Amino acid sequence: MQKFVSIQSKVIPLKMNDVDTDQIIPAQFLTSVSKEGYGANLFSRLRKEDPEFPMNKPEYRGAEILVAGYNFGCGSSREHAVWAITDAGIKVVIAESFADIFFNNSAKNGLLLIQLPKEAVEKLQKCDGSVTVDLESQTVNSSNGDSFKFDYDPFRKYCLLGGLDDIDYILSYENEIDSFRRANTRDWMKIGTAPRKKAATMA
Amino acid sequence: MSAKKRNIVEKIWDAHVVVEKEGHPCVFAVDLMLLHEVTSAQAFATMKEKGIKIKEPARLMATIDHSIPTRSDRTVFYDKAAETQVDTLRRNCKESGIKFYDYESGNQGIVHVIGPELGATQPGMTIVCGDSHTATHGAFGALAFGVGTSEVGHVMATGCLLQSKPKSMKVEFKGKLGKGVYAKDAILKLISEIGVGGANGHVIEYTGEAVRAMSMEERMTVCNMSIECGARAGLVAPDSTTYEFLKGRELAPESSDFDEAVAYWNSFCSDEGAAYDKEIVIDLDALEPMVTWGTNPGQAIGISQKVPDFNALQGSEKEDTESALAYTVLDPGAPIEGTAVDWAFVGSCTNGRIEDLRVAAAVIAGRKVHPQVTLYVVPGSESVRKQAMEEGLDKVFEEAGAQFRMPGCSMCLSMNDDRVPQGKRCVSSSNRNFIGRQGPGSITHLASPATVVASAIEGRLTSPRAYLN
Repeated sequence: MQKFVSIQSKVIPLKMNDVDTDQIIPAQFLTSVSKEGYGANLFSRLRKEDPEFPMNKPEYRGAEILVAGYNFGCGSSREHAVWAITDAGIKVVIAESFADIFFNNSAKNGLLLIQLPKEAVEKLQKCDGSVTVDLESQTVNSSNGDSFKFDYDPFRKYCLLGGLDDIDYILSYENEIDSFRRANTRDWMKIGTAPRKKAATMA
Repeated sequence: MSAKKRNIVEKIWDAHVVVEKEGHPCVFAVDLMLLHEVTSAQAFATMKEKGIKIKEPARLMATIDHSIPTRSDRTVFYDKAAETQVDTLRRNCKESGIKFYDYESGNQGIVHVIGPELGATQPGMTIVCGDSHTATHGAFGALAFGVGTSEVGHVMATGCLLQSKPKSMKVEFKGKLGKGVYAKDAILKLISEIGVGGANGHVIEYTGEAVRAMSMEERMTVCNMSIECGARAGLVAPDSTTYEFLKGRELAPESSDFDEAVAYWNSFCSDEGAAYDKEIVIDLDALEPMVTWGTNPGQAIGISQKVPDFNALQGSEKEDTESALAYTVLDPGAPIEGTAVDWAFVGSCTNGRIEDLRVAAAVIAGRKVHPQVTLYVVPGSESVRKQAMEEGLDKVFEEAGAQFRMPGCSMCLSMNDDRVPQGKRCVSSSNRNFIGRQGPGSITHLASPATVVASAIEGRLTSPRAYLN
């Protein structure tokens, strides 16, 4: 996973609530077996139909911070939504709130999600200068002179700053996992590993 | 001192924590992972790149549902990328020793339909899938939730996930469902009350007399849409209805073991007086058939009600309502009933089970689909399809002018060829009315299968009540 430290960029104001992952990347674009190339179809409909959509405007080209309303990323669990956002060069999404699965998926791809109150979000959406996001100090500063602290889970912060993957962390507990399974498997269960009376019918 | 009273969410959680360390998410054991073609290929690829073997293939089962055609010649793909995706899953499962329910296995179908059918879904289990409607399995008293592809990989590698303890929410459905009102209407009512983010961070336990009276199919419909109010999962405590459903199914415990299993399953039910982080009561006695008017499942009203008038609203609610109505091309303040529809869809992991097809067939038997409407009936699985044909439901649909198709997700998310054309309006038994969900430019009204079929007959949104005996 890519490390995240700090970035400075213009913000893309997305003045919408409940942005669902079907909006971020419609299902028609999910037939690939790779993690790459989804950025071209990020917000596909809005980019196609609305010339005023911020991502269609030259001044936001190359911007790395997206600022949206509440419940961003609701709906489908598709991690493709995160891949589309990161593939388009966006490194931070700031919103009033996020949907759970989207939040989890982002953390696993080095995409920093920051939750800020409505007033802060609205101020940042109006900022046409640059905004600096620093994870170490958990601050967002705008060239307009606004400064906001944000909460961030310490474990997730440690992983993001170090570019660490959950998988290695979980694997470090392999012995505990194995003894958990031994202790919790019952004879009548047909799903999972032995020991059990009947042979596995699943494999 | 007596032990702390715990609810079902806490009990299943506690029983699956492998490692708990201050300041860290828990290492959390997953009992069963379901795979489908769309969200698994990248996880298999990551495993290969990292040189990690799948830890317990016997905890995984796979099928194809999202991107496959539902035509009778469904092995022929018009979309070559989708075909590659399906072949990739087939190959990956073979290489890793994962049970794969392929075409003609008799069990292929929507992943959330086949898990319960096979008896794989059981009380007290933790179940994940790279799909947000995994909460469907919660109907059996399992803690089941959707994960992204990275987490699919974590479960492949370790059988575990990193998870933080969810909050709990109790939803009590009081009263009885009236004529023409179904589980789908109950869940749409809840979502309309609390909004699409109303349960973010929570796992819902559905309780109350209405839930106890529901069949397993109905409970699955309710749990299925938990994600539509933002819940991580939704579940129903197991009871005799659950156990009767499970008995004799392929992956359920053998009959000689069943009593032991039931005793174990019962231990997960919430303690009397257990606390929840949030509680809400929904009275179903006066509920009427529900239908959505906007672009998310929370934007739903009773069929006799009027579309909201955004002029009477303020702030972001006004803007959101105005933009939703602009997309759905409805007049503010107009009655929703009578809105002309072009397409109708019965199917999906929400309402593609045999009971749903029976209800739909009962409404349309001896009647005709409106000449301007195309009605797709897509069974949730091969087994549902077979059962429907044994009961002659296929004939009922075909004689009415509907298309009775092969199983899959179909027009719920329109990843395959089944799409509502640009600008056309569809009344649908699926779970999301997001913009473009059923095809670019399509407009969706979510409703129960009975409402869908009644509307298909009249060519306009209508209550199914007049069509029921």
